Amino acid sequence: MTARIGVVTFPGSLDDRDTQRAIRLAGAEPVALWHKDKDLHQVDAVVLPGGFSYGDYLRAGAISRFSPVMETVIEQAKAGLPVLGICNGFQVLTEAHLLPGGMLGNDHLHFICRDQKLRVENTSSAWTTDYSAGQEIHIPLKNMDGRYVADEYTLDKLEAEGRVAFRYVDFNPNGSLRDIAGITNEAGNVVGLMPHPEHAVEPLIGSGRTDGLPFFTSILKKLVGA
Amino acid sequence: MSRTPLDTVEHAAATPDVELPWAELGLKKDEYERVVEILGRRPTGAELAMYSVMWSEHCSYKSSKVHLRQFGEKAPQSDALLVGIGENAGVVDVGQGYAVTFKVESHNHPSYVEPYQGAATGVGGIVRDIIAMGARPVAVVDPLRFGAADHPDTKRVLPGVVAGIGGYGNCLGLPNIGGEVVFDACYQGNPLVNAGAIGVMRHEDIHLAKASGAGNQVILYGARTGGDGIGGASILASETFDDAKPSKRPAVQVGDPFQEKLLIECTLEAFREKLVVGIQDLGAAGLSCATSELASNGSGGMTVTLDDVPLRDSTLSPEEILMSESQERMCAVVEPAKVARFLEICEKWDVIATVIGEVTDGDRLEIFWHGEKIVDVDPRTVAHDGPVYERPYARPSWQDELQADDANKLPRPATAEELKDQVLKLVGSPNQASKKWITSQYDHFVQGNTVLAQPEDSGMIRIDEETGLGVAIATDGNGRYAKLDPYAGAQLALSEAYRNVATTGAKPLAVSDCLNFGSPEDPAVMWQFAEAIRGLADACQQLGTPVTGGNVSLYNQTGEAAIHPTPVVAVLGVIDDVARRTPVAFQEEGQLLYLLGDTREEFGGSAWSQVVHDHLGGLPPKVDLERERLLAEILISASRDGMIDSAHDLSDGGLVQAVVESALLGGKGARLVVPDGLDAFTFLFSESAGRAVVAVPRSEEVRFNDMCGARGLPVARIGVVDGDSVEIQGEFELSLAELREAHEGTIEALLA
Repeated sequence: MTARIGVVTFPGSLDDRDTQRAIRLAGAEPVALWHKDKDLHQVDAVVLPGGFSYGDYLRAGAISRFSPVMETVIEQAKAGLPVLGICNGFQVLTEAHLLPGGMLGNDHLHFICRDQKLRVENTSSAWTTDYSAGQEIHIPLKNMDGRYVADEYTLDKLEAEGRVAFRYVDFNPNGSLRDIAGITNEAGNVVGLMPHPEHAVEPLIGSGRTDGLPFFTSILKKLVGA
Repeated sequence: MSRTPLDTVEHAAATPDVELPWAELGLKKDEYERVVEILGRRPTGAELAMYSVMWSEHCSYKSSKVHLRQFGEKAPQSDALLVGIGENAGVVDVGQGYAVTFKVESHNHPSYVEPYQGAATGVGGIVRDIIAMGARPVAVVDPLRFGAADHPDTKRVLPGVVAGIGGYGNCLGLPNIGGEVVFDACYQGNPLVNAGAIGVMRHEDIHLAKASGAGNQVILYGARTGGDGIGGASILASETFDDAKPSKRPAVQVGDPFQEKLLIECTLEAFREKLVVGIQDLGAAGLSCATSELASNGSGGMTVTLDDVPLRDSTLSPEEILMSESQERMCAVVEPAKVARFLEICEKWDVIATVIGEVTDGDRLEIFWHGEKIVDVDPRTVAHDGPVYERPYARPSWQDELQADDANKLPRPATAEELKDQVLKLVGSPNQASKKWITSQYDHFVQGNTVLAQPEDSGMIRIDEETGLGVAIATDGNGRYAKLDPYAGAQLALSEAYRNVATTGAKPLAVSDCLNFGSPEDPAVMWQFAEAIRGLADACQQLGTPVTGGNVSLYNQTGEAAIHPTPVVAVLGVIDDVARRTPVAFQEEGQLLYLLGDTREEFGGSAWSQVVHDHLGGLPPKVDLERERLLAEILISASRDGMIDSAHDLSDGGLVQAVVESALLGGKGARLVVPDGLDAFTFLFSESAGRAVVAVPRSEEVRFNDMCGARGLPVARIGVVDGDSVEIQGEFELSLAELREAHEGTIEALLA
């Protein structure tokens, strides 16, 4: 018995197949979920993948957040379903208020694609237990609207509660406040980040590192207790 | 074109003396007369619209056709070629049941007028060509040419073009894995924005643009049709720019990558369920092109009800609907029984789809508007029987003088210090500098199959996760070489792209090209064009790599000044297992550096002559295709058998440029010794073709040398990967930090 992890495809999702591959490489079973279908098909966890859902029209993630599938994701996330939002998925999670804050356009106003150094700061969430605290990893980053912002109170709260999961190291690629690359909710079941762990799961492909694989092995271990 | 009274076929026949605006639509007098002769009456306004766009230079290749035939006539026997020239894109067999389609196209003129949308829709167009063959697009590449890097207008054009390519390609989820960026004052008013794409499919999934089977339904799907891009092909892409004429901005289309992404997924799903008989994308000439090509490539007959075309602007006239180049539209031919399912898939993806016509058993293309017939033509006369010109061509009078102005006689650095300064100047010059600021605006990770991307010698994509089968693509084209000798210049473009594919370990299979030239009405330009094609066709024949398709872009000139002749050549290669690929970066200290090939005093058209002397003259490097083939075989064998850990082709900038790039990418320096028989200057800066530098692990040295010796490839051991500087023994030493500062800061400082 292995874990079934759903990957939602919104119109304009781009990294859905890549995320399914990463889940498979970690040893779990990927399940394709469709944005118009409210049914999560008994998956044990959900990933909202990267891309430009609805062309990022209006605001990144703002339309997808109202997809039928999101009604169920929001409801079940509040009840403890593990959910990971990558890049556009992170944007959807903030729009859905499952995570605080929001994303603005990169401060340099360009799309940026690079192999980004991060520090892991939370190893207790559903998606990060396979990292060690303070571990520095390289994960590809690629986005137009990646500048994480929130009010001071929220930022202080995130810091105080240990909910800043990942921070940019050496170089802040988009002007994110306090170098924040990813955060978790209070319960630790919902995680969102801008960089793309699914692009760092094979030694030959992409960045040539496998620093992203622990996201998927972490959740697998949590779900099957391996 | 007035809308009242409706200019029907009947009306046209009854009113032979009505004057039509054929000249405004870009037709010449004799071309218009030919239309009248074909129809046996004057054309209707709608027919005129169709003929004018389809007979434009851009769509009909009327000036280039007589020369392009050589690609077919001289095509080498190749088992790999599944679909050749003439379809939306060529298709190549890469083994294991996979077929790969690839093509390069130009979007030069629109990108100058409106850089962001011009470049964006260039990506959109080439990607639709790939989908129309039945393939899933897997990567894009963008060969670009701009005016001088420090010219103020370059700062307008380049950032817009780069943002447009990124904005569109990133949103489609296609990794951008290659291409080039070159600056030269000759492209100031005529930047070249070429866009290439690769798609992958199984052999049995190849689709062609043809409408056969009477009763089959013609479905238009994708975006609504608007008033954008009217005359894009005929007015914009087929004339030179001229200050006196009004702005051509309205002729540039506007792209919506989100719509295109839906179009890709929806089309591929329809293919998977085998719902499609024939398919064509709507690009240049829009519906005029799609309907006439589908009909003429099939059984010939088709009726279309233009009223059924979904519009963005309800006031469009039928002529405008036929000419509109609104983006993100496709046309599919579907059997009646499968129409419902096809429409269902479109609905799933929120793509608008409408049956607009039917294939008939006749041989006429008939188009109706408000129940009246406004087009009644033999579609072949629109799509295939356009005018063909034997344009006069003549070797320009200045060619001899240009070639006599020998770059080998330019003053060379007299001291080691001067040599060092020139190296630093070269690697920091706009053309030789790192293009990271540009390429970091493109997603090269998406789809999770990118093995190599720029600044590697070629981009490489894995196409089978189980076996590791992959394809590589490189694009090259040196306009300076081609200006000095267009025949050799085209062959050098092919040589370089072929070599770049081989340095990464892939076997070159096939060629696509984008031929960018000035006005065909200038005999000197026409000579450059004819010579370049002759050169490329001859070289493809000798190397056994057929041309599978491509694109011609003429009229790249402002007033009397034409761009350098710029044939951009794309070579596609295959690699059995991407795990065997060879990167550019130095991997390990202590590995031995070998220079493969012969180095001669060849500085004509070189980067050194441009950067140090602002000079263009003499002859380009000597072409030796047999040597290129041998070098490629050695590089591929060495990759496969693990004899080399890094490899880099030598081209513009010579050996020093290649070594500096490998060192900076790997973060490891090199100590070099000038080999016997060469002076330091020639060793570092010569641009002799047929060369590469490779890093060989010490354990492989004997085996590698034996292989090169046995097969007769000259090799020289030139140094070792070591330290944190590039040192030329007895000459100078430059730290990696100094080199990095010079090489990586230039573009951002000029353009950000």
